[in-house]
Amino acid sequence: MQKITRNALIEKAASLLENGSVCAVLGWRKGEFDYDVTPSVFTTTEDLNAEFVWNDFCGANFSKYLIQKTRKAEGKLLVFLKPCDTYSFNQLLTEHRFDREKVYVVGIPCEGMADINKVREAVGDGISEIECGEKIAVSTIYSDEKILIDPKDVLAERCINCKSKKHVAFDELLGEDGDVIENARFDEVAKLEAMTPDERFAFWQNELSRCIRCNACRDVCPACTCEKCVFDNPKSGVENKAPANEFEEKMFHIIRAFHVAGRCTDCGECSRVCPQHIPLHLLNRKFIKDINEFYGDYQAGAEVGSRAPLVNYTEGDLEPSEAFERRGE
Amino acid sequence: MQVNEYKPLIVAFCCNWCSYAGADLAGNNRLNYPADVKIIRVPCSCRVNPMFVLRAFQRGADGVILCGCHPGDCHYTSGNYYTRRRMTLLFSMLDYLGIERERTRLEWVSAAEGAKFAATMNDFAEKIKALGENKRLEDLRCKK
Amino acid sequence: MFKCSIDSINSIFEKLASNATLYLPADKDGRAEYTKWENGTEWSDALNTVKSPKDFFFPQVQDLMKFKVSGKSISVDDIRKESEDFIVFGVRACDVRSFDILDRVFLVEPYDSYYASSREHGVIISVACTRPTETCFCKTFGIDCTNPGGDISVWKTEDSLYWQANTEKGEKLLSSLGLEECDESAVEAQKESTKKILDKLPLANLTTDGFGGGKTKELFDRPEWKSLSESCLGCGTCTFVCPTCQCYDVKDFNTGNEIIRFRCWDSCMYSDFTKMAHGNNRISQVERFRQRFMHKLVYYPENNDGIFGCVGCGRCLAKCPISMNIAKVMRTMGGNEE
Repeated sequence: MQKITRNALIEKAASLLENGSVCAVLGWRKGEFDYDVTPSVFTTTEDLNAEFVWNDFCGANFSKYLIQKTRKAEGKLLVFLKPCDTYSFNQLLTEHRFDREKVYVVGIPCEGMADINKVREAVGDGISEIECGEKIAVSTIYSDEKILIDPKDVLAERCINCKSKKHVAFDELLGEDGDVIENARFDEVAKLEAMTPDERFAFWQNELSRCIRCNACRDVCPACTCEKCVFDNPKSGVENKAPANEFEEKMFHIIRAFHVAGRCTDCGECSRVCPQHIPLHLLNRKFIKDINEFYGDYQAGAEVGSRAPLVNYTEGDLEPSEAFERRGE
Repeated sequence: MQVNEYKPLIVAFCCNWCSYAGADLAGNNRLNYPADVKIIRVPCSCRVNPMFVLRAFQRGADGVILCGCHPGDCHYTSGNYYTRRRMTLLFSMLDYLGIERERTRLEWVSAAEGAKFAATMNDFAEKIKALGENKRLEDLRCKK
Repeated sequence: MFKCSIDSINSIFEKLASNATLYLPADKDGRAEYTKWENGTEWSDALNTVKSPKDFFFPQVQDLMKFKVSGKSISVDDIRKESEDFIVFGVRACDVRSFDILDRVFLVEPYDSYYASSREHGVIISVACTRPTETCFCKTFGIDCTNPGGDISVWKTEDSLYWQANTEKGEKLLSSLGLEECDESAVEAQKESTKKILDKLPLANLTTDGFGGGKTKELFDRPEWKSLSESCLGCGTCTFVCPTCQCYDVKDFNTGNEIIRFRCWDSCMYSDFTKMAHGNNRISQVERFRQRFMHKLVYYPENNDGIFGCVGCGRCLAKCPISMNIAKVMRTMGGNEE
């Protein structure tokens, strides 16, 4: 359950809209069901009251939308950012992707988001209603009873290993700020590293073979902000719309993860949106883990203006061959 | 009688200022290194982005080696320092995906190190030969 | 109608697989995907597979021909092969309809021989739905998921499977299975109970009012397109999980030895969709977004006797990263003409 209420958010947004400090609000819009919320722009209080949603399914990270939305906006844009979203926000600012002056950030606390797929696994087909409270109460068309689920049991993958409840950017904070959290997010990467190369190869072959190259991981990624991706550009020589074979699957995912290495804040959007549930965050986290081990701890987006590890160096950096030795292999 | 011996294909990206000149020197000094090594000259080792490495494998390379100026000697001051970080991460990622780590290498070869160039290539070619064909990062369409 | 006990299902799969390759939905890593049946492959209970069975007839990537250049001559290698016989088992009613929709695109002039070959050699065995879910809206398009169609329809009850052939191809296959004949009333009760569930679905009241052939003028410039598409990421998820999306791109790949000309699915959501020498027809995401829904709800029915280009399988509803989908578009744009 979220600590801050929908009403509190609407009240804040409405008051800023009405006194003219912002001209529009980026928020989550109600869908057909209780869980299919869509990122959207609100410009009136009536609209907010009618369709604004804040519940356990508001996972979408708004940071990337700011690039496009601030370009067109005539005034300031209010954006609600959860702690993990603020890291992406800072990273984009570091890369000068939008005008900070055009954004009014309201930081909101987050208790972790629910994964609808896990809810489905728990209750089955035909979800007709979901109420988010202490427990998530799910009604289905197949039963008269409400099924109560502990939000902890259906927590989104990325929230299980939440890295921070601290807002690193905001103009105003609703509720209390949290702290950076000790987490075990690299455990799974370490588990893979401990496997034999054959096992690792089999693991990734199996995972990546499901890829349908819908590009959702790339398009949702707040770090992937090239105007024209190399994979979309017929002149690049590597453009491909569909993975013709195993090589192209791997190439796409290696390059996608590499291109955001050092800039990826580990917000987990890539894995959230993957229709095939490929654990893409394990590729990104591998880079983060390596960077931390080889060049010192670095959290992208923790502060504005920090120099990303791949556009930085020291004379004493280790050699690729030493990197393997260091891991004691 | 001709035995069909396995001949690996090795792509070596060599920086224009040091390593390519090093390869030249190896040639001038008549030092042997395998003909399986195909050199691609790049302005700086930093010119090589990860896509180059992957594309080399796609087009049939069994091993990819990058050669640049020694740290501190880069013609562009710091290019090779970036290369080092970049390739450290890339090679580590390839290893993470289960691709043999011996297939990729980064070496510093100066213009005066003809002997080192030849020795490095001989050694690398031996290693690749021992590994055999690149099966894990191959594009079957590109195989004859 | 024929009947067999559910316990004999494996021996029936075995029989089916003895003459042709058999594919059926099987659970893998918690999701259902069409899988080649081998002894021991379990048929999944899942309502729908992540990827639609469109792949069997119109695969995501398909080689069309090869070119080889030697000296001054170019040789063209026709790599078309007759498709092998295969059976797709467990197709839902919505996906069965999708084949009709694809047929109307690929089996008219200019005739698509690649598609036709696999259509000819494929047998579709459908399975009636008993537990539709909240994202289902096949009824909106007049599809009866209790009578799924295809070459053979199958109804699954607790202890039995009921089989009925709908085409000559299906009859031939069904007769080879040697099943026991039974009365058609056996599945009536199940059909009735499924229909009751269908009425309870949240999208049960979704209609196609306001859409169809001839509506281009009314719908094309509607201001709602802008707000509906405002957060569209431009990814291809909806189009690639869709059983009826049929747009493709033809590309050449230079292997170093020869050129392979292949086709691959394209998505109207992509920035280079229908890009031509002069540039691109649709330069903004609004236009591309509109294209997808206008195609399914207006252009397609206009050219195909009023049949809609959507089957209500609900895959895009479940998979869209931002939860924008055809149902929301229909709710917003339909039925409220001025």
